[in-house]
Amino acid sequence: MSAASLTAGATPRSRLRWFMPATALPGFGVSLTLTLLWLSLIVLIPLAALVLRPWEHGWHAVWLVLSDPRVLAALRLSFGTAAAAALLNVPLGLLLAWVLVRVPFPGRRLVDGLIDLPFALPTAVAGITLTTLYGPNGWLGAPLGQLGLKVAYTPLGILMALIFVGLPFVVRTVEPVLRDLPTDVEQAAATLGATSGQTFWRVILPALTASLVTGAGLAFARGVGEYGSVIFIAGNLPMVSEIAPLMIVIKLQQYDYAGAAAIGLIMLLGAAAILLLAAAARRAWQPDAA
Amino acid sequence: MKTRSWFLVGAALLVTAIVLVLPLLIVFVEALRRGAGVALASLADPDAVAAIRLTFVVVAIAVPINTVFGIAAAWCVAKFRFRGRGLLLVLIELPLSVSPVVAGLVWLLLFGAQGWFGPTLSNGDIQIVFALPGIVLATLFVTFPYVARTLVPLMQEQGTEPEEAAILLGAGFWSLFRRVTLPDIGWALLSGVLICTARALGEFGAVSLVSGHIPGLTETMPLHIETLYNGYQTAAAFAMAALLAAMALLTLGAKALLEWRIGRTLNVAGAFT
Repeated sequence: MSAASLTAGATPRSRLRWFMPATALPGFGVSLTLTLLWLSLIVLIPLAALVLRPWEHGWHAVWLVLSDPRVLAALRLSFGTAAAAALLNVPLGLLLAWVLVRVPFPGRRLVDGLIDLPFALPTAVAGITLTTLYGPNGWLGAPLGQLGLKVAYTPLGILMALIFVGLPFVVRTVEPVLRDLPTDVEQAAATLGATSGQTFWRVILPALTASLVTGAGLAFARGVGEYGSVIFIAGNLPMVSEIAPLMIVIKLQQYDYAGAAAIGLIMLLGAAAILLLAAAARRAWQPDAA
Repeated sequence: MKTRSWFLVGAALLVTAIVLVLPLLIVFVEALRRGAGVALASLADPDAVAAIRLTFVVVAIAVPINTVFGIAAAWCVAKFRFRGRGLLLVLIELPLSVSPVVAGLVWLLLFGAQGWFGPTLSNGDIQIVFALPGIVLATLFVTFPYVARTLVPLMQEQGTEPEEAAILLGAGFWSLFRRVTLPDIGWALLSGVLICTARALGEFGAVSLVSGHIPGLTETMPLHIETLYNGYQTAAAFAMAALLAAMALLTLGAKALLEWRIGRTLNVAGAFT
């Protein structure tokens, strides 16, 4: 600690001020060094391998991997089902956030605690459980099957798993915003003669749009890469129900490290693009929050 | 107004029941389908015991390491303003946006047979992937952000004034940290460790890629569930799943308790700060 502050004191004042404002607190040098070291070892160097590895056989090899119809189908399925699940989670998450914040009802604490279940429950447990629930003999799978709707081992099963996984993201992002939303604006709207429907669509929803977009973006990004909760229910039929993470596993089983890295890199870039877009959309809807 | 509120509550309860409660019920119903005795016997199977032991070994290594790092990162990011701070925050949270499968893949790219350091390792007869070190590394990657992420918003809110006062009164770093900062963040730290532990216990995708799936040797609890389930030992798979689900419920209960102690909600799944 003292060594770090001594070196800091020895640097010219102006250069130090460019990097950070003055502070009396100790431990900056040591904690920053520790953070950067650990971050590099555990996150950055491994991800550098992911970024550099796909190109070892040239651009053409990467293109060949990513234009393979089976890989394309898997990417389309992962991004498509994740997007659909995120969209469906918007009304579901809004409904849950609304009753948790605005309606006092018996059992509210319990529902509140259950919202985090998909986050706390290990994905493999969710996977075999949802497969049983929606399977041909399952509590929900059997009645749905009689209606002619096959859920387990189809893309519909993947969708159900991703709704389960993504729900807390929307609820937990909207909830604090809704809690901070002043009710006097709604009362003013009601006083001015707005129906409750008008108040919802014109006053409440616009105030929540930014958080809904953020929550959906988080759920979308999470869904694209989801593996454990999806892999059991997916059916894993080539071209039909193979998800992108499974294609990585398959490439690795064929010892095609570069191909696996290429798919991994595309998934990582896709998730980053989704989060950046969600952030941009949030700023567009809520300029003052940026 | 009143009736519509009740309608909304009804709809919300229906969604909760279908999406959240039914899966949770299924775990325990399936585990106990052939009686508690059979479930407990399947957990006493040598491979199951080995999986449980390995899982706890991995947690015991990965969680303390990431806790120490998380405190350092939170200290540096929450108490100081400096150039590149925003970028550092993004990088710390980066593992949350990475697919578990990719989190496992990166270690194969480094230490696998065809990885960058693979040949060097095999010359030295050192095994990282398909052994304990690989499983620990994959777990470190996925649990990397949680402690820092729980601490940063709280430490930011508290500002730097108490610490600055302590410094002016002549406190050194460790007494400052132990007597001023830690009492304030203690409960939040505990909940960060809890979330980190829950994630480490249940990690499947990342660990699955680097484990090699050797029953009794490199299988953690979630991987053993997969082996049992795919081997049509459904009851045993659900017994192990029920054990993990019970731990998840304990985590949620403890989290609720800690939130009540701290007096604020801890956002585990919501927007990044």
